Amino acid sequence: MKISAKSATLLVLVVLVALSPLLFPSNFYYRVGALIFVNAIAVTGIVILTGYAGQVSLGHAGFAGIGAYACALAPVHWGIHPGLALFLGAGISGVLAYLVGRPILRLHGYYLGVATLGFGILVAMILTNERGLTRGPDGIDVPDLGLRALLGELGLSLSNGQFWYFFTGLCMILGAWIALNLHDSPTGRALRALHGSEVAARTVGIDVAQLKLRAFVISAVYASISGSLLALQNRFVTPDVAGFMHSIEMVTMAVLGGVGSVLGAIFGAAILTLLPQVLTVFAEYEHMVLGLVMILVMIFLREGLLPSILKKLRGKDE
Amino acid sequence: MSALLSIEGLGIGFGGIRAVNDVSFSVRPGEILSVIGPNGAGKTTLFNMISGVYRPDTGRVVLDGEDVTAIEPHLLARRGLSRTFQNLQIFQSMTVLDNAVAGYHLRESGSVLADLFSLPASRRRAREAREGARALLARVGLDRAAEREAGNLSYGALKRLEIARALALNPKVLLLDEPAAGCNAVETEEIDQLIAEVARSGVAILLVEHDMKMVMRISNHIVVLDHGEKIAEGDPATVSQNPAVIAAYLGSEEAAHADG
Repeated sequence: MKISAKSATLLVLVVLVALSPLLFPSNFYYRVGALIFVNAIAVTGIVILTGYAGQVSLGHAGFAGIGAYACALAPVHWGIHPGLALFLGAGISGVLAYLVGRPILRLHGYYLGVATLGFGILVAMILTNERGLTRGPDGIDVPDLGLRALLGELGLSLSNGQFWYFFTGLCMILGAWIALNLHDSPTGRALRALHGSEVAARTVGIDVAQLKLRAFVISAVYASISGSLLALQNRFVTPDVAGFMHSIEMVTMAVLGGVGSVLGAIFGAAILTLLPQVLTVFAEYEHMVLGLVMILVMIFLREGLLPSILKKLRGKDE
Repeated sequence: MSALLSIEGLGIGFGGIRAVNDVSFSVRPGEILSVIGPNGAGKTTLFNMISGVYRPDTGRVVLDGEDVTAIEPHLLARRGLSRTFQNLQIFQSMTVLDNAVAGYHLRESGSVLADLFSLPASRRRAREAREGARALLARVGLDRAAEREAGNLSYGALKRLEIARALALNPKVLLLDEPAAGCNAVETEEIDQLIAEVARSGVAILLVEHDMKMVMRISNHIVVLDHGEKIAEGDPATVSQNPAVIAAYLGSEEAAHADG
């Protein structure tokens, strides 16, 4: 039986998440894995926005910041459970994305990139300067999600690293499943169509502005959930989560791995998350390497690493 | 039968140059109306005004009794007007089948949430669109290329694919902008038959085409433009005898010689 691309991708992800721990030299790698998964969630959102719909955002970390600080602030100020705060943050991010995107996505060209750039910087500035609420650049504690303790009571005791590894891994697979559903659905097809030719998309009745807006809102929710999970995992968050470099990281991960493919983008997230953890030298030159990677991928591997490799392999088969 | 599409005194200017001036005509269901004229006569500009790409300075476009002047293309599609393009507008990186399915957008799109979670409603809509699209591909002779990437198809095949996508909307009016341009004789013949068949099903067809043999063969009615003005109209036999039309075409050839 021929296996669909969607099932194949999900299968690969499930196997990787389930079996990778067998190769871990130390418990530290559970933490690295969880970081990869958290980044992969944000990057999956970028695939929907950039890969499917062809729109570029340079401020998605702003939504990650909203998601992260929702989990830090809502439990303390409003007594909301941290788990629900994740959904609250996602809701706020979605509404903000709608408000920011609505006027802009009626226009053609690079306006979204510029506007989101401004939006991201604005969020980072507010998080840094509103010391009364956010405690400023020093960061703020985040309450415990409490899910690990609950699992412990049910007889499934995991170390903190293991819990976050499997929990974020599950969230990533769920996110990938949703993105793959979208790809083959009527909405996804319309998004890919407007990416191919806006003129033609209009003539088949596609409301281009409205669909771009939907993709933008969905991807903002992904970024927000990624930010929330990062904060909940670290039990601490600083305004860096909303910083410009974080936005650029998301785009670079997606572009490196292959922005048109969910599996490719997750692969890109894995590489760029892993490198600074494994090579400490890399951390010092991170910004330079990100820039270099972008340039090289654009020149030599337009479609990104994974799709290019797969194409090469298939080419040899024929 | 009354007109399905009426063009009433349509005109537009670009920076002081009248590209199209006071053009009127109407198309009835099942009729093939061709707009012809020398290069630069304003044919494509006229098409772009009718299909909502340009906003006309004067006049109106009436579709099935409703004023649709300068409304956005995706809303025109909703009201039953569909078109193809002179310079192909194909979703290159999508499969041939997906291109045709995209034409079903209005009928297959529903709740985004259903799409995100692949709910049965979403899958059913997608399946129905896919079945319809397959039938359409068979109709234009592309069923065997369904799973190929559209960008790999020959020019003539892409022309047919574009028509299939336009037909997927189940339009009342179909605008075809040079459907046979760049096609060989066999391909032109195939497109010919396809257009005639679509017209027989009751669709009003508005055609811009350079291939005069094709125009004379399949048109019921011809409108001739020159320098943005309508200089003649009538059935193929009448128009081809019209002195003004002959002068316009000869004139443009003389001008071409002079330029060369």
